[in-house]
Amino acid sequence: MAERATRSVLLTHEIGLHARPSVKLTKLAKRFRADVSLAIAEEGPWIDAKSIAKVMGAKVPENSILYFEAEGEDAGDAVDALVTLVERDFETT
Amino acid sequence: MTGIVGIVIVSHSADVASGTADMVRQMVGDEVPLGHCGGDPDGGLGTSVERIMAAIDAAWSDAGVAVLVDLGGAETNSEMAIEMLPDEQRSKVVICNAPIVEGAVMAATEASGGSSLEEVRRTAEEYSPA
Repeated sequence: MAERATRSVLLTHEIGLHARPSVKLTKLAKRFRADVSLAIAEEGPWIDAKSIAKVMGAKVPENSILYFEAEGEDAGDAVDALVTLVERDFETT
Repeated sequence: MTGIVGIVIVSHSADVASGTADMVRQMVGDEVPLGHCGGDPDGGLGTSVERIMAAIDAAWSDAGVAVLVDLGGAETNSEMAIEMLPDEQRSKVVICNAPIVEGAVMAATEASGGSSLEEVRRTAEEYSPA
């Protein structure tokens, strides 16, 4: 059953979405079957959150609001996991 | 096609090659098969076909291997190393037209999610640090 989910979160990580956070975010997004997009404005433009080239290329600065949108069977889980990653300041254990 | 695409780093400098490999390990993780080589057998700057072949072997995956190179000879020697591989391996190794450090991190990140060799190459080549 396809579902659609959106959530937003404030990016507090110092100096923004730079190399390591971008890699973590992309790797996490790839774990889900849903299509996952990311934007820094509600109206877009949206980029593929599973594309490391696009995520790192976006150079999202600190204090941006990150919008996640996912579509697919595990869309809700995908969006929740990504928001949690950002909230935890990209610390993964 | 099974497994995670391997990444090979070929620099003129052993330090650049191992430093780039460190970045891949620390930023992306250990799940990606990784090989690297740099320097000539006398300890100077350069690349050697033999070492490149050994690095490809070290990173070997049935899903294929993406090679990142720095300047001139790194590329021509990598091409030569690929030529000398057994038939069944040769078609599964590609050289990415991307900057060595950035390309290696991009390629490894893409590979870690189980992407195909073609997707890994495309991702490495897509990123422009501009």
